[in-house]
Amino acid sequence: MAEKTYLQAISDGLRLQMRHDKRVFLIGEDIGVYGGAFKVTQGFQEEFGPWRVLDAPLSETAIVGGATGAAMMGLRPVAEMQFADFISCAWDHLVTIAAKQHWRAGTPVPITVRLPSGGGFSGGPFHSQNPESSFAHIPGLKCVCPATPEDAKGLIISAIEDPNPVLFFEHKHLYRRIKGEVPEERYSTPIGVARIHQPGDDVTIVTWGAMVYTAAEAAAKIDDLSVEIIDLRTIMPWDKDAVLASVRKTSKVIVLHEDTRTGGFGAEIAATIAEEAFEHLDAPPKRITAPDTPVPFAPALEEAFLPQVADIVAGLRELASY
Amino acid sequence: MSIARVAEPSGSLQEAKEWGLDREDLLGIYRSLLLTRGVEERGQILYRQGKIPGSFYTGRGNEASAVAVATAMARDDVGTPLHRNMGVHIVRGVEPWRILANYMGRADGPAKGKDGNVHMADQNLGLVAMVSHLPAMLPVAVGCALAFRIREEKRVAVTWFGEGSSARGDAHEGMNFAAVRQLPVVFICDNNGWAYSTPTHLEYAVEHLADRAAAYGFEGVVVDGTDALAVYREAKRAIEKARQGGGPTLIESVTLRMEGHAVHDDASYVPKELFEEWAKRDPIERYRRWLLEHTDFTDEEEDEIVNYVKRHLNEALERAEASPEPDPGTLLEGVYAEPEELDHPHHM
Repeated sequence: MAEKTYLQAISDGLRLQMRHDKRVFLIGEDIGVYGGAFKVTQGFQEEFGPWRVLDAPLSETAIVGGATGAAMMGLRPVAEMQFADFISCAWDHLVTIAAKQHWRAGTPVPITVRLPSGGGFSGGPFHSQNPESSFAHIPGLKCVCPATPEDAKGLIISAIEDPNPVLFFEHKHLYRRIKGEVPEERYSTPIGVARIHQPGDDVTIVTWGAMVYTAAEAAAKIDDLSVEIIDLRTIMPWDKDAVLASVRKTSKVIVLHEDTRTGGFGAEIAATIAEEAFEHLDAPPKRITAPDTPVPFAPALEEAFLPQVADIVAGLRELASY
Repeated sequence: MSIARVAEPSGSLQEAKEWGLDREDLLGIYRSLLLTRGVEERGQILYRQGKIPGSFYTGRGNEASAVAVATAMARDDVGTPLHRNMGVHIVRGVEPWRILANYMGRADGPAKGKDGNVHMADQNLGLVAMVSHLPAMLPVAVGCALAFRIREEKRVAVTWFGEGSSARGDAHEGMNFAAVRQLPVVFICDNNGWAYSTPTHLEYAVEHLADRAAAYGFEGVVVDGTDALAVYREAKRAIEKARQGGGPTLIESVTLRMEGHAVHDDASYVPKELFEEWAKRDPIERYRRWLLEHTDFTDEEEDEIVNYVKRHLNEALERAEASPEPDPGTLLEGVYAEPEELDHPHHM
């Protein structure tokens, strides 16, 4: 095994899957000659040629709609949104066609849409969002949000192999900051199975994406509390069993996400815990999220927006003393 | 002044032969025209009888255009027809009883009751089911064409939209991307004069919508949509050009929507004189007259076709009405596809 960044792991997964399956092709803005805004596909066009690594016009609708049509004809398109925020321009194609075509017409739509998402570097309102809950709400779509390099590689391969439209939320703040051991070979990580980022007995934190690391930092600051961190890995489907098992063990839970609060996916998790593990709880489920505002630009504002280590420490102490 | 080429009307029997239509094909077009109108007329009866839930749409006035374009397609080509293009389903071989079953939301309709009216397609016949967000189908068809281009297959995608749909961004993005990549796709714009209640002068400001093709960098053609063989000729030309790597074509097929937007709409906003004028150009009657003038189309042959269609549709109606309501348990089925389903014929 070699140590890779989260970004390299995604790149490796894409490359191996393209070598493995000739039906896989990539389409997006500036992904070919330029290698992508974040360089995930650097060198791909040299290896796979211009018809498997397609530079598209600035047309998110045509990119996702085109991927849908190509998938119906038997290919395995991977569409890149330059930033997850731009998926709003392709909403119709994901939600109206790709998500519903199998249910109503029997046609599978095996597309993967890569979505560089998340904040932490002054991207402002249109380059920092985490829109996963909007899509988790749509029957027919799957939403994948890896936190580790190993999962990023295994889940991009699973996403491409899945016979359904899969949204792959890759957190930009993890791209080069997070490194980890990644197996060299091609492997897939199952969609819908959570991982225990760290085991513990007193409080459970359920989270995904970049917040896994913020949670771990917070947990490390409290010596007298044993915190279990569950990295969901994928939120649609999400590993309800893993969450409920942990909550039944610890009896106290924080649901943490970088997305805004109202209608965020954490609400679904908290509601499920309340419905199915109520009698095991020693405290109300607690949500720590961004507030209900757009993502701000100025560092001082963005710090106030994103859940911070101190917020999680305070949440843990509050639950511990409940 | 028109930028797009304005197509000549249909010509002689000899011209039809040159475009690959033999006598059997020509009679087949007539049969498809009658089946197309007939299945929609049966649908209207079912609707009035309260047997069709929701709403009901027809393509009256547009039958010739839809049948002609579908006739020009090859078996391996794919299409994304809309609600004014019943003729495409008929020509591709969707059985009328299944169409009537779909109208009624029965288990044997192609959508199995999960979607209604013309929101259906038999993917085994190279058709993709439409959505209500009509021009959304353009980029999908362009994506089908992209797959053909990537695999270097000699197949063509054909996509339909109306003059109303031409105003939306999907249409622009689809046509532009197809042009940039010279993809094998043919865009058929059924300009039937009215987007629900909105007349064309409130929808676009160019003389012909086909003029826009020049702005994308491909050919635009305006054709009389009531002239089946003229539409066939232009569709055939565009499809074969696309097949040979010549890129997209935009064909604007001009008709009048002879009924309201849907069955609830009496179209009182359309001037009566306009209906009267276009009624004289009924596409099916026009084609029948062409057959009488240019071929030795006999009364016996006509009777045979008319009787076949009547019999076929009566049987279809009976069979559709016998189709069961969908089992409520099927509601939860099929939200997600299973891996083995990717072995579908199109998934090659």
